[in-house]
Amino acid sequence: MSQSAPHSAPQCHDFQRGAKKALDDERLQTLLDRTLENGFQKKRLQGMSRLPEYDQLRDKARDLKDHVLDHLDMYLARFEAEVTRAGGQVHWARDAAEARDIILDICIKADAKTVSKGKSMIAEEIALNDHLQANGIAPIETDLGEYIIQLRNEPPSHIIAPAFHISKEQVAETFMDSHPHLDPDRDLSQPTELLSEARGELREKFLRADVGITGANILIAETGTAMIVTNEGNGDLTQSLPPVHIALTSIEKVVPTLDDATLILRLLARTATGQEQSVYNTFFTGAKRPGDLDGPEDFHVVLLDNGRSELLGSEFRDILRCIRCGACINHCPVYGVTSGHAYGWVYPGPMGSVLTPHFVGIEEAHLLPGASTFCGRCEEVCPVRIPLPQLLRNWRVRAFQKGLPGGVRRLSLNAWVHLARRPRLYRLVMGFGVAVLNKLARGKGAFRRLSGAGGWTRARDLPAPQGGTFQARYRRGER
Amino acid sequence: MSARKEIFACLKATLDRVHNPTVRYSGAAQRILDAGPVLIPERGRAEGPAKTSLFVSEAENADADVRRLADLDQVPGVVHDILRDAEIDTLKVAPHKTLQAMDWRSVDVAFGRGEGADHAGLAMAYAGVAETGTLVMASGPASPTTLNFLPDVHMVVIREEDIAANYEEVWARFRCEADPALPRTVNWITGPSRTADIEQTLLLGAHGPRKLIILLIDAEAS
Repeated sequence: MSQSAPHSAPQCHDFQRGAKKALDDERLQTLLDRTLENGFQKKRLQGMSRLPEYDQLRDKARDLKDHVLDHLDMYLARFEAEVTRAGGQVHWARDAAEARDIILDICIKADAKTVSKGKSMIAEEIALNDHLQANGIAPIETDLGEYIIQLRNEPPSHIIAPAFHISKEQVAETFMDSHPHLDPDRDLSQPTELLSEARGELREKFLRADVGITGANILIAETGTAMIVTNEGNGDLTQSLPPVHIALTSIEKVVPTLDDATLILRLLARTATGQEQSVYNTFFTGAKRPGDLDGPEDFHVVLLDNGRSELLGSEFRDILRCIRCGACINHCPVYGVTSGHAYGWVYPGPMGSVLTPHFVGIEEAHLLPGASTFCGRCEEVCPVRIPLPQLLRNWRVRAFQKGLPGGVRRLSLNAWVHLARRPRLYRLVMGFGVAVLNKLARGKGAFRRLSGAGGWTRARDLPAPQGGTFQARYRRGER
Repeated sequence: MSARKEIFACLKATLDRVHNPTVRYSGAAQRILDAGPVLIPERGRAEGPAKTSLFVSEAENADADVRRLADLDQVPGVVHDILRDAEIDTLKVAPHKTLQAMDWRSVDVAFGRGEGADHAGLAMAYAGVAETGTLVMASGPASPTTLNFLPDVHMVVIREEDIAANYEEVWARFRCEADPALPRTVNWITGPSRTADIEQTLLLGAHGPRKLIILLIDAEAS
């Protein structure tokens, strides 16, 4: 995939085509299996087994986030006051365009040519890189996965493993093309060699960047502190080396105290990757202090709303508890075969299917709430117990009210409603259907092929109904 | 209306519908002062020697190399051997008075912040957290944060009495020792830098140190 402007133009309406493409891609299916079922899922179980209080902590975290949402304006005001007291500045952005302009303005004032970036999903949400580039500023992604997909001009396929869908051979090709100043005969067959090349390339860029932009996983009202979670150490260099640091995040990330942040951090890494703790949890408060040997002279926090304040009063409020661990994505049987690009926008999987319709509109994204089997695993693994299937159902209701989906699907659905509300007619039609199918199966009990059911019978037999409808058999006493 | 005003107005309109604003305001203020009982996992409540061994085993689980030393005087000798084995000639040391007071005649040292070309760095931890074998580094004139990330080999001295059972104890120490409570940067460090971004293969030393060596100074002697 190499669409050039993946963010500005959502492709959610094309979910089915994207899903089909993914299903036909054997290499991707292998990587999905390795990353999810044999990767994140197993690691999470191992991580959980080492912390008996895990479920209790989840309840606490849910309650904490609910408390925060009830007092969101209070904690944001306190956070802002503390950031200011520590010599930093908070900027408020109603929408993506406003956030982009605030950041561009800070970069221009800093006379910035290059910007080093830590991984940030909010930066993806506002399509920041395109905007900086269009204005003559070069953004450099420093997270290894983000760096790889930036070189390939692709959107991330997962919120915490953005490049899992790319094989090491593809990474090697990309590095060969993108680093022409290096020896063309060098060996890039192993992941260690790829890492060491990326480390070398990026080290220089870290040191020369004029502005560093990171996200923030959590904001702490008590002290005006923002914090990031990384394993590589890239975000941490991004926030300490350049003379200007911008932390870009959204308003629902605030918590009251350092202890509250700790509660979330006991869950985040364990749920995401099964680690006891991510390697680096970096807390930053204000600008460089007198006597400090490093750190930015200027510190900015850009807080994005982008409709979250509206979600707060809606039936989707619970999604604002999300801490972006990726567990719902890792455990979703639909994501598990379609991967992230099929979803057509920034956030994939169950949490994405709740968020995306809000950001891009239900007309564009009405297929996403349908991209769920409602198996409930997402809710089961969520560290803050977001009722994801219910939220997806809420979107289906909204979509239906807007006449989506239309066409044949709408007609079939209406036909079904008509039938299901009329028991006599229902029994008649079902009885007839069962009899016909029975006849067609000629007593073999299953179809190898059936017109109109090719999607099923291509891979397996379709069982034929036997012995009448369920209701008929129930009445006959076959229980 | 400014963005700030509009966002706050929207939040307030939604939230005040459900709860009385005065109650909400005092609730939030009170919550910051006193959150009530915190759930600290059993593993975060170790004491005495068990606490130290938990710190060591958890740090080792996270691929840190832990050396237990009887006293601070042993640090330069151990560091000398580590540098010799890693074939590194020079050492960047955080300008912390404890580290500055050491006898560095056998090692080529410079004091200061981390630089791109530093191969090895030595710093002093503010605290440790036994629960997960985590080091807590507090930035300041004696402890540049860049030194925690730029060198390939990162060595950190921690005194046994600075090991806390859990993270909350460390926050409490920050709150009672300084105002504002936190320095510009606090780093929790659990093991050396890593990535699994290429086909989920775990590799150490992504952008930060490839090696994290913890020099733990026994309490009795220090």
